[in-house]
Amino acid sequence: MDEPRIGVFVCHCGINIAAYVNVPELVEYAKGLPNVVHAERNLFTCSEEGISAIKRGIKEYNLNRVLVASCTPRTHEPLFRAACEDAGLNKYLFEFVNIRDQCSWVHMREPERATEKAKDLVRMGVAKARLLEPLEEIEVKVAPSALVIGGGVVGMEAALNLARQGFDIHLVEKEPELGGTLRSVYKLFPTNQEATKLIKLFVEQIEKHPKIKTYLSSKVKEVTGFIGNFDVNLDGKGGASKFNVGTIVVATGADKLKPVGQYGYGKMSNVITQLELEERMKKGEPLGQNVVMVNCVGARIPERTYCSRICCMTAIKNASLIKESNPEARVWILHRDLMTYGVDFEKYQRRAMEMGVRFIRYSLESPPEVVGDGKVERIKVYHELWGKDIELPCDMLVLTTPLIAGEDNQDISKMLKVSLDEFGFFLEAHLKLRPVEFAMDGIYICGSARWPTDVAEGISQAFAAASKAAGPLRLGYVKPEAINAWIDEDKCSGCGICELLCPFQAIELQPRDDRRVSHVSEVVCKGCGTCSAACPSGAIIMHHFTNEQILAQIEALFS
Amino acid sequence: MAEFEPKIIVFACNWCTYAAADLAGTSRVQYPPNAYIVRMMCSGMINPSYVLRAFEDGADGVIVSGCHYTDCHYIDGPVKCDAMFAKLKRLVHILGLEDERLKREMISTSEGTVFARVVREFVSELKRLGPSPFSSLRNSRKEKAVA
Repeated sequence: MDEPRIGVFVCHCGINIAAYVNVPELVEYAKGLPNVVHAERNLFTCSEEGISAIKRGIKEYNLNRVLVASCTPRTHEPLFRAACEDAGLNKYLFEFVNIRDQCSWVHMREPERATEKAKDLVRMGVAKARLLEPLEEIEVKVAPSALVIGGGVVGMEAALNLARQGFDIHLVEKEPELGGTLRSVYKLFPTNQEATKLIKLFVEQIEKHPKIKTYLSSKVKEVTGFIGNFDVNLDGKGGASKFNVGTIVVATGADKLKPVGQYGYGKMSNVITQLELEERMKKGEPLGQNVVMVNCVGARIPERTYCSRICCMTAIKNASLIKESNPEARVWILHRDLMTYGVDFEKYQRRAMEMGVRFIRYSLESPPEVVGDGKVERIKVYHELWGKDIELPCDMLVLTTPLIAGEDNQDISKMLKVSLDEFGFFLEAHLKLRPVEFAMDGIYICGSARWPTDVAEGISQAFAAASKAAGPLRLGYVKPEAINAWIDEDKCSGCGICELLCPFQAIELQPRDDRRVSHVSEVVCKGCGTCSAACPSGAIIMHHFTNEQILAQIEALFS
Repeated sequence: MAEFEPKIIVFACNWCTYAAADLAGTSRVQYPPNAYIVRMMCSGMINPSYVLRAFEDGADGVIVSGCHYTDCHYIDGPVKCDAMFAKLKRLVHILGLEDERLKREMISTSEGTVFARVVREFVSELKRLGPSPFSSLRNSRKEKAVA
């Protein structure tokens, strides 16, 4: 490799970096670092202007290494790497220095020290950049089929969407029939359409689509492999099945919280949840003249801080339906805040108020109290506007409870090697930039498995996840990152520690002449580097994270 | 004399702790600028020599941090990291460094505030401990070389 010629591009990120880090000073500093032949600053390096500055820099200064100091590689590395590639530079000759998320944004009150830290970080980055090597990516074929886990409306929509694009779809549902959570719902807000009719619409299309194979009462037992080539094992009523898919969509939905012990639920016969209310309404069972609903039961409390989003509208919908079928009934909704966002939902709530549904706000500190013996007779609540306790007659108490993470999430997360958030819901790769993808390539997420969503949102997400999942299927190949392990066969003693440690079974001892040496499958290797850390002979090089590169970074910090 | 500002190297795995440090940023959680992250793909790839070199070069403290056991992108990196860390801890002790200077953490993607807290607490702990015996040794060596 020629003598390194490094170009440093420092991003202002508008004021996000420049307000706390002295960017001109940083650029001047970078110019003095070894092998840096060009340094400049950009208002936004990720803008079209910034990207052309990188490409121009590569040509003009004959750069063979590019370093961008800006936000975080987790969101913007692919963009800058692509710019390098466009200008004819191997994308692995690009180095990212994080001076926003891990510097300017966390040291906002100490601009001078933030500037010094940014200089240290750039110096460390340059030290690594000097040692970067070009790497070549291999092409892996993608099987033109997908697995959709979860047969609710969201999963069905994703499956239909992918099938219509011509791919073979395996749709897996753990229950004996399709429909998911909506099977226990009566009508859907804001249109008041019957949930069963919607499900039927989907199921009919699923059943007659030749490209969709549905597995009911089945669970995914094992998934091995990687994007383009997942081997799936199912356990089901009809026995075990085995197939190969290119991508996977997770649409497993969520579970319902049973508020046992709260407001007499489980002890008093006239305390039910919204879903149980919907079952009764479906059957046309009488509800009594006075219905009180309590929102946020088990949600937005210290143990479960999130808002389940769909419950306010569910309560308003059910209250309106009660008033519609029996205008003489009295319905109160006791709520904390009311989430009726957007045009349709706000209109829907106004309509409920006009129909006579009464809304009373309570606070977490003084929740409503149940009055009654054996069954609820009255509800006592502190009325914030009146400034005193009032009592409401109550024939039926309906508790509005949040959706909670599915009980299988832990297992699925381990099986697919995807993350969960602190509440056990699935966690996407990036909230804004990659909302329907997992960090693990080739696996996508939609619907309430991520967080509680209503039908319209869930279906939009299903479209999004399906189109993302179709990308690699349509292309027919993927190029996995070339960040993987490489064995120096001359140094390898054939001890087999790496074979033992590799979590992906990517390493195998193979005969070479009269001995055995380790061999890494580039496709299977995910680049965790465990083997390289453990190799007693120092025979394994982790591309892009070599010992030399890491030690150079450390050394540079203290030089 | 200016207050002693310890230098800390954080070996952070790409998928959890690095992301947590980013989250601290996007949430604007403030912590002192003493910690420098060296990005690793996995906590299981941290070679003991990296940590020893950090101390040798003058780090006052080192944090080795990755995913929780159940979150690992590579299935069981944290278990491998633990095994490496246990040996490393003994080595660092033999070398005469205070045990407190080497920390093992598990910080997941959603724990931005935890990352900030760990750095904040480590900085004050190291300020109590003072500079690493190695870094003062190194400085006196540097001075001699200049003289």
